[in-house]
Amino acid sequence: MAKKSLFGLEPAGPLDYLRKWPLLTIMALTFIFLYVPLLTLMAFSFNDSRRNIVWNGFSLKYYAKLFQNDDLMIAFGNSLTIAFVSTIISLILGAMVAILLWRFRFSFKPVYEGAMALPIVIPEICMGVAMLAFFARIGWPNDLPWPLSLANITIAHISFTFPFVAVIVRARLAGFNMEEEEAARDLGAGDWEVYRDVIIPHMKPGLVAGALLAFTLSLDDFVITFFTSGPETVTFPVKVYSMVRFSVTPEVNAASTVLIVITVFLTATAMWLQNKGAKKK
Amino acid sequence: MTDTRKTIIGINGITKRFGSDVIAVDNVSIDIKEGEFFALLGPSGCGKTTLLRMIAGFEMPSEGQLLVDGQDMEGVSPNKRPVNMVFQSYAVFPHMSVADNVAYGLKMEGVASKEIAGRVEEALGLVQLPGYGARMPDQLSGGQRQRVALARALVKRPKVVLLDEPLSALDAKLREAMQLELRNLQASVGITFVMVTHDQDEALSMADRVAVMQSGCVRQLAAPRDLYEYPTSRFVADFIGKMNLFQAQVKSCGGGEVSVSVEGIGDLRLPHEGEASGEIGIAVRPEKTTVSPDKPTDTECVALEGTVLQVAYHGDENHVHLKTDGGLTLSVTLPNHERTLVAPAKPGDRRWISWRQKDTLVLAD
Repeated sequence: MAKKSLFGLEPAGPLDYLRKWPLLTIMALTFIFLYVPLLTLMAFSFNDSRRNIVWNGFSLKYYAKLFQNDDLMIAFGNSLTIAFVSTIISLILGAMVAILLWRFRFSFKPVYEGAMALPIVIPEICMGVAMLAFFARIGWPNDLPWPLSLANITIAHISFTFPFVAVIVRARLAGFNMEEEEAARDLGAGDWEVYRDVIIPHMKPGLVAGALLAFTLSLDDFVITFFTSGPETVTFPVKVYSMVRFSVTPEVNAASTVLIVITVFLTATAMWLQNKGAKKK
Repeated sequence: MTDTRKTIIGINGITKRFGSDVIAVDNVSIDIKEGEFFALLGPSGCGKTTLLRMIAGFEMPSEGQLLVDGQDMEGVSPNKRPVNMVFQSYAVFPHMSVADNVAYGLKMEGVASKEIAGRVEEALGLVQLPGYGARMPDQLSGGQRQRVALARALVKRPKVVLLDEPLSALDAKLREAMQLELRNLQASVGITFVMVTHDQDEALSMADRVAVMQSGCVRQLAAPRDLYEYPTSRFVADFIGKMNLFQAQVKSCGGGEVSVSVEGIGDLRLPHEGEASGEIGIAVRPEKTTVSPDKPTDTECVALEGTVLQVAYHGDENHVHLKTDGGLTLSVTLPNHERTLVAPAKPGDRRWISWRQKDTLVLAD
């Protein structure tokens, strides 16, 4: 009789690695080290204690405290404003870059393509320092009224989020059937109508996914923001970091939990939309 | 016979080059008549699709003149031409409903929205899809999507409908049904259809006239029956249908006759109008030949003795492959007229292959 496998009644096939113990062990360890810290952090945000070490019972008081913390709420508002504006501009820039790279042939195109993708691979710390040096060198004013005071952070965010939009939209455009464009032209459409009625509707899932990704990247960016933010323009991640420097209270846990929930939700939506678009084609 | 119908598409000496040394279409001249079903037939890469795309306006001719309904099309963009195309992939807009797809061309034209609804429903009725307007393309089968593409072209009431390999993506049964339907539809609306295909069966069964193309040139332009029974070149003879081709040497020519010496057969005198000299092709269709155990008595026949190599059974017919004692390989098509379980021959059998002399083709080109 064939040997029984770990879980199933059927014996594991030669390529059924997911039903054999070595890979299962690695998977289990990966999950533990990735998610247990996060789950602990989220669990302790409900802890009724000033310290994060001993479980003292369930409480929502740190969430209440969180929403009464004006500095933190201002930082949260800043983060949302920056994320919103940078997403819109990234979307436009990214979509235009994607169309350019998809549609046209020009000299030094590979160089241009590489340069566009550079912000994806450059270490964030280098981007941050470069942004700091750049804004200092050109003498960017530090005393602008809100929301203009957020402009330098927004510009920094656009510069590292738009390549992600471009890559996603470019991938979507690769699946475009050129005969659809020709059909539209054949039926009487001019350049503008072709874009409006055929190409942009095709790009849509890529645009939505790109926008959500850009929004998430902007919302939880710490390194680049840290170098470009001034004392009056603190964002949510930067504020959380400064709270940790005093003490790791459950309030920090609560703030982090809120950020995790928003990020996970948006990323999941982006992936879902992308899959939906891919399946339709 | 002169055709008195009006020329709807005039292709006058059109050449298309890609880059400096690729010639896709080489000095082609064709007059397509109003109301006819015209097919451009050829192997892939023969330039037939390029020619069609030039009529649609997606490619510009390098040389020559294109007239549609008497109007020079030079510099006229695709959206301004009185022709509409059905694409190979159908190119139905996936994010629009069937009705919106069909209405698109009318909207672009600026037709009043009251009129659009009626014309869309009429076009969907023409292609046997009445009431499908609200469906989305991903709810349709391949055949239905093609009908939508066809309705989308017909609704604009163009002078000419261009079809790029219209049936290639359909399965065999559906393809045959669509061949008939397209033919009937074309006859009923009376619009000129120009179809590109690599499928000779499709071209023969649907078109009024067929232009056979090879490496950018038109090799023969004729009605399907002429094309099949009287091909003028070895290329056309071989490309359309099945053919037994032999090499022959012309001994003399003139007076409506040509005298040739064919290797493995001997000397033949065949009816032939026009010139012929040197090495030419002699051919006979497999279905015009027959096999018999004894030598046929008819003196008007060409008869050769040989050995059966293989018998392929196709249900409706048998394809018998033989090698003659003169070293020629031939195939003979024998239809199954009666129900039988007995094969007409088996490998190794000795048989006489014969055909009537007048069924022999002389291919001077």
